[in-house]
Amino acid sequence: MTEWLERHVPKMVLAPSFVAVLIFVYGFIIWTGWVSLTRSKLMPKYEIKGVIQYERLFASPRWDTAMDNLFIFGGLFIGISLILGLFLAILLDQKIRAEGVLRTIYLYPMALSMIVTGTAWKWIMNPGLGIEATVRNWGFESFTFNWITDPKMAIYAVVIAAVWQASGFVMALFLAGLRSVDEEIIKAAQVDGIPTWRIYSAIIIPSMAPIFLSAFIVLAHLAIKSFDLVIALTGGGPGYATDLPATYMYAMAFSRGDIGQAASSAMVMMGVVFTIVVPYLYSELRAKHD
Amino acid sequence: MKKSVFAAAVVASLVASNIAKAEPQAEVLHWWTSGGEAKSVAVLQKEFADNGGTWTDMPVAGGGGDAAMTALRARVLSGNAPTAVQLKGPAIAEWYEEGVLADISDVAEAQGWADVLPASIAGHMKCEGTWCAAPVNVHRIDWIWANADILKANDIAMPTTWAEFNTAADTLMAAGIIPLAHGGQAWQDATVFEAVALGLGGAEFFQSAFVDLDMDTLKSDKMVEVFDQMRKLRGYVDGNFSGRDWNLATAMVMNGEAAFQIMGDWAKGEFLAAGKVPGEDFLCVSTPGDGFLYSVDSFAMFNVDGDDKQSGQKLLAELIVGKSFQKVFNLNKGSIPARTDVALDEFDSCAHTSAADMASSNKEGSLLPSYAHGMALRGAQAGAITDVVTAHFNSDMSSADAVQMLADAIANSM
Repeated sequence: MTEWLERHVPKMVLAPSFVAVLIFVYGFIIWTGWVSLTRSKLMPKYEIKGVIQYERLFASPRWDTAMDNLFIFGGLFIGISLILGLFLAILLDQKIRAEGVLRTIYLYPMALSMIVTGTAWKWIMNPGLGIEATVRNWGFESFTFNWITDPKMAIYAVVIAAVWQASGFVMALFLAGLRSVDEEIIKAAQVDGIPTWRIYSAIIIPSMAPIFLSAFIVLAHLAIKSFDLVIALTGGGPGYATDLPATYMYAMAFSRGDIGQAASSAMVMMGVVFTIVVPYLYSELRAKHD
Repeated sequence: MKKSVFAAAVVASLVASNIAKAEPQAEVLHWWTSGGEAKSVAVLQKEFADNGGTWTDMPVAGGGGDAAMTALRARVLSGNAPTAVQLKGPAIAEWYEEGVLADISDVAEAQGWADVLPASIAGHMKCEGTWCAAPVNVHRIDWIWANADILKANDIAMPTTWAEFNTAADTLMAAGIIPLAHGGQAWQDATVFEAVALGLGGAEFFQSAFVDLDMDTLKSDKMVEVFDQMRKLRGYVDGNFSGRDWNLATAMVMNGEAAFQIMGDWAKGEFLAAGKVPGEDFLCVSTPGDGFLYSVDSFAMFNVDGDDKQSGQKLLAELIVGKSFQKVFNLNKGSIPARTDVALDEFDSCAHTSAADMASSNKEGSLLPSYAHGMALRGAQAGAITDVVTAHFNSDMSSADAVQMLADAIANSM
């Protein structure tokens, strides 16, 4: 009896969550895929009509903008967050005083919800209230910082707010990575008289490759699912200049009664996620087999 | 589906056995949750209770009704629709096509709705000949609100054509006043756009472009002109307009920062709440050109089981279109009654103008549904137009490109 229990209890305990994941993740992915092949409007319909929704999707200039924005936003957000996070981590790694306080200050933005970040930065970057107005009040009449109201620049304003939110978190990841590098190697390098920047570029950073990968995956999925930040910061505007795939999908599904279109955009978003995650999983699994 | 119907029947029978006779029941899904709106709903709630009914309130706030529509979808999918739902325009027909709307023709005929509602508004309340919704109010969209002192100080008369508006705006610009208070949100861009389209193109053009979606009209030179005027208007707003809420734009007119605002008649509520007097402190005139763009709030009646719910539905429909509710509700909300035989003594001068224009435009055939407020088109098509309008307004796109994009977007949204 106890043996039977020992063998089966883990399975029984895991079964409910396994079933839940099966239905609510994979089941609904299949459901969404199915609906994306129909002409569902207000309510889901199940009669398959082919790839018409995808044709509509790729013909829509708003979707083009959303995808372009995803690549601009994702690229800059991930790139700047990584560089800035690494830079901050290296500075904090210099055995400075009050490191604990500074680390907490940098990490705090991550504790805020994206809605709060978005709302705060909306005011900070508003030309009539925030930075522009303040600097002009100091007497620099020609100072301009109106990215948030400029359709061409608004997506970069979103990047600023997102980087502010996430770079502290990346810093914490890197700091942990820096600390995990073997002290002995660093000391040996110092004894050999190798300059500090070379120690970082040739020894410490290369040995942190797995941390880079984790940080990249975390930031990439944050970028792809970004929704609340854009909604709070710009509402997708000016016009639809800062639309992202997630906001596009929301608009189609919930404002416009175009569920088929929303489903097809969700499937494309999932495709983008897969192209990033699958190689990562593949390399992870292969490493284990070796 | 079957299970939930069974469960509902069990619950209904339990409830029915508890109370001796079937009282009228109504569960009402709406998104009137802000101050003035909530007060307006309370009026209906009270009348319903006074007539012996039990009202179950189901307010779902957020997203201008998006959240409520999501809740409605879930309720309908689970086979447990609310008694009445705040729906408007073509959304009523969309739900009718799903086969979930009830027929309230007997109430409508007994109460003679056809005689008291303007024909085009009554049209929205019918689903293939049967009545399926009850109208609550009429909002006029094509209003232009002005600060009376600014106009007087700059010696400007209320513009009656868009050319006059442009001249007035140039004068104001030279005087250092923002001519047009505007909030850069897609629906506000669309509101201005349709007012311009009606003014420049006239009723037939509007009908053909935004109701019938006629491709030739959408690509016509007139449409290019409309976009040209939008480009002009873009020059008349301040640099800080992006994302601004409509009531903040109204406040700019009130405080004398800006001269005009183009907005539906809910803007009046802001002026009145600030103690401003129509005709003295602020002016309300229809936007340049003829015609009347309406947005009618209404309640659609869903299929429900049980005598108590059905009698509640009928009572609700009767009360909604009843004279006393139409008067009290619209006094609170700033709109005008949908039925034309309500005495307007207690209404302000803007509402009188609105009612008179509605009657005259109804005769001339220029009483038209607003596309920007979900009366003329279904969500996908209206959204496609709004995308183009807001993209054009917020960039340096040429009018010709915008027209081409408009035609493509409409074709793609079908």
